[in-house]
Amino acid sequence: MSQVVIRTLAVGKSYRTAAGPFAALSGVDLAIEAGEFVAIMGPSGSGKSTFMNLLGCLDTPTSGDYFLVGRNVAQLGKDELATLRNRTIGFVFQGFNLLPRMTLADNVALPLVYAGVERDARRARALQELARVGLGDYAASLPSRISGGQQQRVAIARALVNSPQLILADEPTGNLDSHTSEEIMALFTELNREGITIVLVTHEPDIAACARRQVRFLDGRLVSDVPTAARALAAC
Amino acid sequence: MLKAMLREAWQAMGANRLRTILTMLGMVIGVGSVVLMMAIGQGAQYAVAQTISTMGSNLYILISGSTSTGGLRSGGGGGPTLTVADAEAIAELDGVANVAPVHQGTQQLVYGPNNWSSTVVGTTPPYLEARAWTIVSGHPFGDSDVRSATRVALIGQTAADNLFANDDPLGKTIRIRQSPFVIIGVLGKKGQNLDGRDQDDTLIIPLSTAQRKVFGTPFAGSVRLIMVQATSAEAMASVERSMTALLRQRHRIREGQDNDFYLRNLAAAADSAAETTRVMSVLLGAIASVSLLVGGIGIMNIMLVSVTERTREIGIRMAIGARQKDILTQFLLEALMISVAGCLIGLVLGIAGALLTNAVTDMVIVISGGSILVAFGVAAGIGIFFGYYPAHRASGLDPIEALRHQ
Repeated sequence: MSQVVIRTLAVGKSYRTAAGPFAALSGVDLAIEAGEFVAIMGPSGSGKSTFMNLLGCLDTPTSGDYFLVGRNVAQLGKDELATLRNRTIGFVFQGFNLLPRMTLADNVALPLVYAGVERDARRARALQELARVGLGDYAASLPSRISGGQQQRVAIARALVNSPQLILADEPTGNLDSHTSEEIMALFTELNREGITIVLVTHEPDIAACARRQVRFLDGRLVSDVPTAARALAAC
Repeated sequence: MLKAMLREAWQAMGANRLRTILTMLGMVIGVGSVVLMMAIGQGAQYAVAQTISTMGSNLYILISGSTSTGGLRSGGGGGPTLTVADAEAIAELDGVANVAPVHQGTQQLVYGPNNWSSTVVGTTPPYLEARAWTIVSGHPFGDSDVRSATRVALIGQTAADNLFANDDPLGKTIRIRQSPFVIIGVLGKKGQNLDGRDQDDTLIIPLSTAQRKVFGTPFAGSVRLIMVQATSAEAMASVERSMTALLRQRHRIREGQDNDFYLRNLAAAADSAAETTRVMSVLLGAIASVSLLVGGIGIMNIMLVSVTERTREIGIRMAIGARQKDILTQFLLEALMISVAGCLIGLVLGIAGALLTNAVTDMVIVISGGSILVAFGVAAGIGIFFGYYPAHRASGLDPIEALRHQ
């Protein structure tokens, strides 16, 4: 049996509001093994984004336990969480979230700055990852000079640069047209074939169908967890 | 990692150039005015110190008079109470370096068709040493000149310029009240004293000559002043005590009766003049420091704006692994860079301003390494102090909130 990357045990998250405590998430049990490709679906307000924030160590659960590569996240300090985000997880956002003043190469290399990698090594690895997503010729460009699809590729290169075990993608195709979305999904599928675990949040069934397993949330609870029946996109 | 952060801070400064320059301007004006004000203040201190050093050090002046006869009271110069014999007795006291009895007054000097009113000082050879006065050409008179009341004179620069214009005064004969005097020496330049009087407008002659041939005192052997120099600043207090006791004894002044002489401590006067300029210098610096403070607050203001504007960027950085201290360091470096750059420019402008002031107004300017170092330290301190709060605020942001920020 392969290694378990993510294991949540009765994980919940509640917020204090003026109207009393509000449970955004409750009793979620989920295990994801290395090499899996999981889509998390659900309507807005279903708790899927809260769950993603927990998985990404941007937030900690208020109940239950979350083990990321065997470590109990609830017991870690802020610096250790930052290190996990830096080394173990690669983030891909809906809005690309590149830093506008930096060249693409510097954007991709940024996680390595926080990992304490030397400048020459940073640059070499950034160029390598840019080439991997097909943008090797744009290293010196600024994000504003390239298309949305290309920006998302750069964001994926940035997520990959520190060789993480897990890629978390939050609506990665939400700002892209269908053709570009297909290209991005093809890239994710290829990365998954190379052995990287991918968890992606989406509300589009076509996109979710690229994953091999689909998890559905409703009102803060996990309501279904099924393997994908049929691929909808030719690219995946 | 620090190098990468410095590069980023530099890029962030360049991203909003006008704003960075305006923020820096606060520091430029602050540091510039501190440097300029300190240069002027220290210049004034230096000028006063120079004047004090021309007076001669550790000096007392004894002034005759201070009588109270039949209810009439007067201070210095009221009566002929001090004598040459008093001066000789004081010279024997411990801790006394030089004693010079002085009889002085204003007289008209005449040379050919020129005449000039000047202070004529009749004294003995130790006077020059007590006043630290040099002779630039010729030679001083000696004790024998005093004994035989010869008509010789040492002339100050101002009096010489007015009487002789471009001629060399040495060996020339001038007249005071029809008596001829031969100039045997020219005194070095001293400039103004603390009261603003020109010390070079003077003629120094032997005491006996002054008494007999110029002022013609009815009280033989009496003098208006006695100048006393102590061997050191530490010796001054004991000299003052023993001198007063000696004079009271010699003048037979009973217990409880007032002195018939007046004692003036020139060192104390010099100290108070020096203290005045020091206070002025500190005051100037303090006023200038206020603008430095305002500059610092400007940096804090802009850094707070910058943190708000870049909230999303901070969120992204945190999501990809920046620790709180990385964010803190980044914003602190930016604040520090602005303040140090502003300080450098301010330093250059401040020094330029000081040199300009010197060129335009003849004011004495002293630019010391110390004041430059202080300005630099303060600028760095301000960068850290006023940059810390915004940087701390940035590093304390919640990554999820920051990422959602538009």
